[in-house]
Amino acid sequence: MSVTVRIPTPIRQYTEQQAEVVLNGKTVAEVLEQFKARFPEAGSRFFSSESKASRFVNLYLNDEDIRFLKDLQTPVGDNDTLSIILAIAGGAPCARIHR
Amino acid sequence: MSFVAGLRCKECGSHYRAGKQFVCTDCFGPLEVSYDYGGIAQSTSRDAVAQRPHNIWRYRELLPIEGEPATGFQSGFTPLVRATRLAKAIGLDELYLKDDSVNHPTLSYKDRVVSVGITRALELGYQTIACASTGNLANSVAAHSARLGLRCFVFIPDSVEPAKIIGSGVYRPQIVRIRGNYDDVNRLCSEIGSQYPWGFVNVNLRPYYTEGAKTLGFEVAEQLGWRLPQHTILPTAGGTLLPKVFKAYQELKTLGWATGDSRIYAAQAAGCAPVIRALHDGTKEIRPVKPNTIAHSIAIGNPADGPYVLECVRASGGWGEAATDEEILQAIHLLAETEGIFAEPAAGTTLAVCRKLVEQGRIPKRESVVVGITGNGYKATDSIVQRLNGAVVLSSSLKDFQAWHATLRDSGLEPLSIHQGASR
Repeated sequence: MSVTVRIPTPIRQYTEQQAEVVLNGKTVAEVLEQFKARFPEAGSRFFSSESKASRFVNLYLNDEDIRFLKDLQTPVGDNDTLSIILAIAGGAPCARIHR
Repeated sequence: MSFVAGLRCKECGSHYRAGKQFVCTDCFGPLEVSYDYGGIAQSTSRDAVAQRPHNIWRYRELLPIEGEPATGFQSGFTPLVRATRLAKAIGLDELYLKDDSVNHPTLSYKDRVVSVGITRALELGYQTIACASTGNLANSVAAHSARLGLRCFVFIPDSVEPAKIIGSGVYRPQIVRIRGNYDDVNRLCSEIGSQYPWGFVNVNLRPYYTEGAKTLGFEVAEQLGWRLPQHTILPTAGGTLLPKVFKAYQELKTLGWATGDSRIYAAQAAGCAPVIRALHDGTKEIRPVKPNTIAHSIAIGNPADGPYVLECVRASGGWGEAATDEEILQAIHLLAETEGIFAEPAAGTTLAVCRKLVEQGRIPKRESVVVGITGNGYKATDSIVQRLNGAVVLSSSLKDFQAWHATLRDSGLEPLSIHQGASR
């Protein structure tokens, strides 16, 4: 399954400034493993070793908090969007309209 | 002169210059404004503060702005009401109400945080102001933006009470109603904030905006003669207010301006109590909930600063409780009947929780207690109206009134005797 992962501005310094990436996996956990493999520096900063998200990052699958779904074991499908949202809420230090 | 020392990550302690940054780039934790307290102590005193105008800016050395305030010149310094009839009703000797239901200009504590947030937004060069809100914040952001002539977007859940929508709309901001609850709105605003150069007071201006909440704590102490109340009870939604009142009390003690210690208690509605549940479970982790309560202004199921509420409650030796919608409504009535104050359900929640804490013996009868009344009941009438006793409708004839009044007396609802004829 290919899932679009949305990345908030403060994390983009560790994702080659990419705002979105398409990754594969059958569950949220598998997608996050891919994310960590692709961007190890980002991964290590907000995931602990068990790949649990830190308390400063919330994950939303198609706009629903995964904690209301099956958490990291939530299944994902093609064309799903996984958004990484900073817990304190988003915004950009030097925000610009993208694209 | 500014005494801001910078921003410090609340988690890893990294230091940053006080700019547009609002999260730690190392660990993504939230940032807290730190000050040069030595400089403040040398430059001013509580006696000097006491001579200044009665608004939030009398404590400006302890607020995160560089230049002159832009708005909020009548915000803050709300009454600290000694509530003797209410105290008697719930079994306390010394009870005060910090009454932000009459805060200027939009009748909630939000005028404090917004005045600071927008002043700082202008300093940082933002020209469009925005917020995610359950209603009160939107009212305040819209009003202060209007008086400054700023472009304004307010994002609210579509379930917000009509009075709160009108209370924003009158200032002509762009209101964006989102199908969903506050947490959905907040999540969306966080994504919008990543794409548009707007100053969201409670998102990318959050480190500065939240500092305004300290003024409630400063005022309580000053109004008590620079003494902290032994117990402070505050409503908890996103978790802005309580940790900032805790910080305010600590700052006053650091400066040597106030004496005493205050235990701080969190109040939530039972239909949305993620912080209270974590407190009672003894955990640090806050599990989000889907809100279901009449207390819309505190219906935040995924509180950004919830972990800091837990820390401050525990560090101060306080506690917390939740109140059911029925208890909240009873408390709104009790406050109105004993003190003549009509508060919104968030304040009803706080008072209902105060009552519980007294009944539980956690708050001793003879100790001083401050309850935060953070918003006005006139804005939340839609939540309350179906539970109120209906008014009677009569003709304008005195005979009709007397006949109706007789039925009241017969049913024992009218114990007072009536004056026969004019008394003066």
